[in-house]
Formats: sequence, structure tokens, C-alpha cells
Amino acid sequence: MGFSLEGVGLTHANGFRALRGIDLRIAPGERVALIGASGAGKTTLLRVLAASLRPGEGRVTLLDGEPWACAPAALRRLRARIGLVHQSPPIPPRQRVVTAVLAGRLGQWPLWKSLASLVLPVDPNGARAALARLDLAERLYERCDRLSGGQQQRVALARVLYQQPDLLLADEPVSAMDPALSELTISLLNEEATRRGVTLVASLHAVDLALRHFPRVVGVKEGAILFDLPAAQVSDALLRELYAAEGGLPLAGGLRAPEPAETAGELPPLRCA
Amino acid sequence: MSTAVRDPAALPRLGWTLVALVLLWPLLRLTDFHPAALFEAGNLTAMGNFLAGFLPPETSPDFLSLLGKATVETLAMATAGIALSILLAVPLGLVLTRSLSIARLGPGRRGWIGQLLRAVARALLAVLRGVPELVWALLFVRVFGLGAAAGVLALGITYGGMLGKVYGEILESADARPARALLEAGSGRLAALCYGLLPNAASELVSYTVYRWECAVRASVVMGFVGAGGLGQLMDQSMKMLNGGEAASILATFLVLVVAADGLSELLRRRLA
Repeated sequence: MGFSLEGVGLTHANGFRALRGIDLRIAPGERVALIGASGAGKTTLLRVLAASLRPGEGRVTLLDGEPWACAPAALRRLRARIGLVHQSPPIPPRQRVVTAVLAGRLGQWPLWKSLASLVLPVDPNGARAALARLDLAERLYERCDRLSGGQQQRVALARVLYQQPDLLLADEPVSAMDPALSELTISLLNEEATRRGVTLVASLHAVDLALRHFPRVVGVKEGAILFDLPAAQVSDALLRELYAAEGGLPLAGGLRAPEPAETAGELPPLRCA
Repeated sequence: MSTAVRDPAALPRLGWTLVALVLLWPLLRLTDFHPAALFEAGNLTAMGNFLAGFLPPETSPDFLSLLGKATVETLAMATAGIALSILLAVPLGLVLTRSLSIARLGPGRRGWIGQLLRAVARALLAVLRGVPELVWALLFVRVFGLGAAAGVLALGITYGGMLGKVYGEILESADARPARALLEAGSGRLAALCYGLLPNAASELVSYTVYRWECAVRASVVMGFVGAGGLGQLMDQSMKMLNGGEAASILATFLVLVVAADGLSELLRRRLA
């Protein structure tokens, strides 16, 4: 129930070569962080894993199925088992929180149930339970445009928790949250994946979060995999190479990385207690 | 100004504006458009005499009861016609909406089927609305005889074509990301429409539908002239008998209906905002 990518390459319609020669094999139940500078191809890679982008080259196997060889109905069933937390929450502003969360199971519900739920939410307790884990249970019947950016991001996360996917993907799920909340949210994602025994892949902008919470870290640079290592083996030198273009390590802990050009040996500690 | 800060779009904008003006001028000449003629002394008296014939409006109880009956008939014709056109427009509009296409995710392999369907729906809508409702009415009067039934069918067909096209366009101009995210999680098209697109597009769809209903009320006058019943038929009779007072009362009724439609639209938009 993991997935594998073999020689995957993808060129966007505008000619930008977003991924090249990606080989990645992830076993069921593994928890992996994707890190890399912005524009490195993390989002594209996650969208390939979510069966929402079809790579031009290579082979994709997700949850033991080949999405781009399946019939439409089988592809839909496969997609219903994959949950992607988007970087900007794809939730209509006028929608109520309860509806936005219940929408997580549209792929599993028959149409009549989805439509009935718009009239009267069919599983408010389920939505409330998912929200409660993100400390948002009180906002169940509020409209999403009344929430802050970080709260909307947590609603989108609650939707994917409610979906209960077999492959849990997250694209910078904490980009609109403060450091403390980011920490809690990433722990929650890991907890959920461990408890249900599902695979988790999350791209993170903050390197320290990735190294603290994930056993395996994949560094993506210019559309290719630069390293794929257990978190403990990710060295400062590798990280500097990964972020060479950004001129500093992006961290969540409110620490600012010094300019690497002048103070190459004095990076702040990446593993806080 | 240095070349670095010059807006590269400025020159094309100027060019297209000039092209539009150059095209517009011969069109104005072609239509003999001389607004000054409106204010020449002889023309002003002629118009004044014509309008004076409409005063005072007819208010005899006999005529008012006739007017009331015709108003109800017109409202019924417009409402039934719009209901029929919605039945036609919703499925065709949905087929047109590219943001609800599952084959476009990825993109998948059999996108041409959807493209073909969309082209067929677009052509069908063009035929439905390309023939004016008056012509449809002339046709159906021969089937159903004089009366509102012909009007309902004529309105339903032409307005179905208009509504379907505009529904598709409104749905496409709404933010496509929520619906796309739902489709990527295995949701069906209709569920993605209701959870992803409608929350953003509902008020626009409702206000356009109410506006079309208002147009249908007005169109029913024209169709009354060919015997399709309602206020139009009454207007036709009054004009033929050169009874300006009756015509004025009928026009006043129209004004009330248009203002009422405007109020309804405003109310619904506020409810959906």
C-alpha cells in the first residue's frame, strides 16, 4: 500500500521542466518529509502522488494500482483513497465549516448522500471529531470566510482527516500557522499516520520541523532528488547544498539562519530539544 | 523613460483601442445613426402627439379585470417558460463547464470524449438560442393554436439556449480550485459542483436567472402579437384599436413587473451572499 515512482519526469504545459528522473519507493506506513527550496518541484511531486498530474515519462504505482492505466471508475476509487492537504485551502469562502469537512468523503458517498448532506449535514459528529483534534470543534457551523488563514488551513486538514485516506499527502500544511501551532499540527499528522498505519508524505518549508518529526527526509532540488536519507543522516553540508539558491535555511522555530556565504560553519542548531 | 520600466502591454492596448474605433465608425454610418434628428422641432411635436395619445391611462373596472387576467397569464407564461429553460440549460451548462471535467485531471487519456461532448452541447445551445423566440412561437402556434402554451415552449427553448451558455460561463469563471480538489479526491462531477462551485457561483446564477425571467416577461409581449396570449395579446388589441389609454395601463403594469423582478433579484442575492 505504499507507492513507487520509476524514472518519473514531468514538463508543464508552459515548457517548464518540473521533475526529472525521479525514483522513489516508499513502503506502506512510512512517514517521509519532502524539503527543498521553493520552485524545486515539491508541489508537482505531491500532485503526481495524488494522481492529479500525469507525468510525461516514467511509471507511477500508487497503493498497488497504476493510476494512468486504470479505467475511469477504478481511478476514481483510487483517488478516493488518497488525501492531499493543499497549500492554500481549496474551500469556497461561503461554505460552512461542517460542509467543508464532510466534503472529504464525497469520493466514498453515493450521490444522494452527498446531496442530502447539503440540506442537513449527515455526519456532524464525525466532522466535529475531526475538527476537535485541531482545536476547532467550536467553529463547526461557522462560515469559512470568518476564519483566519491558519484556521482555514486546519479546516482543510480536518477534511483530509475525515476522509481517512490510505495515502496521506500534505503540501506545506502549516505555511499559514505560527511555530507552536505548526509543531502541534505536524505531530498530529504523524500521530494519525502511525495510528492508522498509513503512508504520510509531507512537503515542508521549515527544515527543523522535517528533521524533528519525520524518520525519512527527501531533499528535492531543481526537479530531481538530491538526497533520500534517514533524518539523522541529513548533514549540514547537504542542507546547504539543497538551499544554496535561497541563501539560508528556512526554519520554523523563529530562528533566523545567518548568511551561509560568510558564516558557513556557524549554522544554528537544527535539532532543538 | 527607460525601456526597462515601459509596460510591454501598453502598445498593444493602444493598437486594439484604435482598431475598435476604426471598426465602429463605418458601423455607425451604416445604421444612419443621427441622434440630432431626435431634437428637431417637427420630430419633437410628432413624438409629443404620439405620446399624448397614451394619456390618460385606462382605469375602467372592466379593463382592469382584463388586465389582471392577462398579467397573471403573462407571469405564468414567463415562469413556466423559465422553468422549462432551466431544465434544458442545467444539463447542457454542466457539460460545457471545463472545471468539472474529470478527464482533464492529469490530463487523463480520453479527454477527447469530453471535448467532443462540449462541442456538441455548445452547438446545440447555439441552435436553441439562435432562432428567435418569435419564430419558435410562430411555429408552435400552428401546433397548439392561439394561447400561452406556444409561448411557454418558445420561451423555454430560446431561453434554455441562453441560460445554458451563460450558466456554463459563470461556472467556469468561478474559482475552479475547490471543485478540482474534490474531483482529485475521487468525488463525482455533481457532488463537486454542489460542494465546490455552487457556493461561489450561486448568487451569480440566481441573479442571471431572475434577469432572464424579467426578459421573459417582456418577450411574452412580443409573442402576444403573434397570438401567444397574455399582456402582449391585450397590447396588440389595444394598439389595433388605437386605444392609447389601454396601452399606457399595460406599459405601467410592465414597469411594475420589472421593478418587482429587480427587487426579487436583490433580495435573493443578499440571501446568498
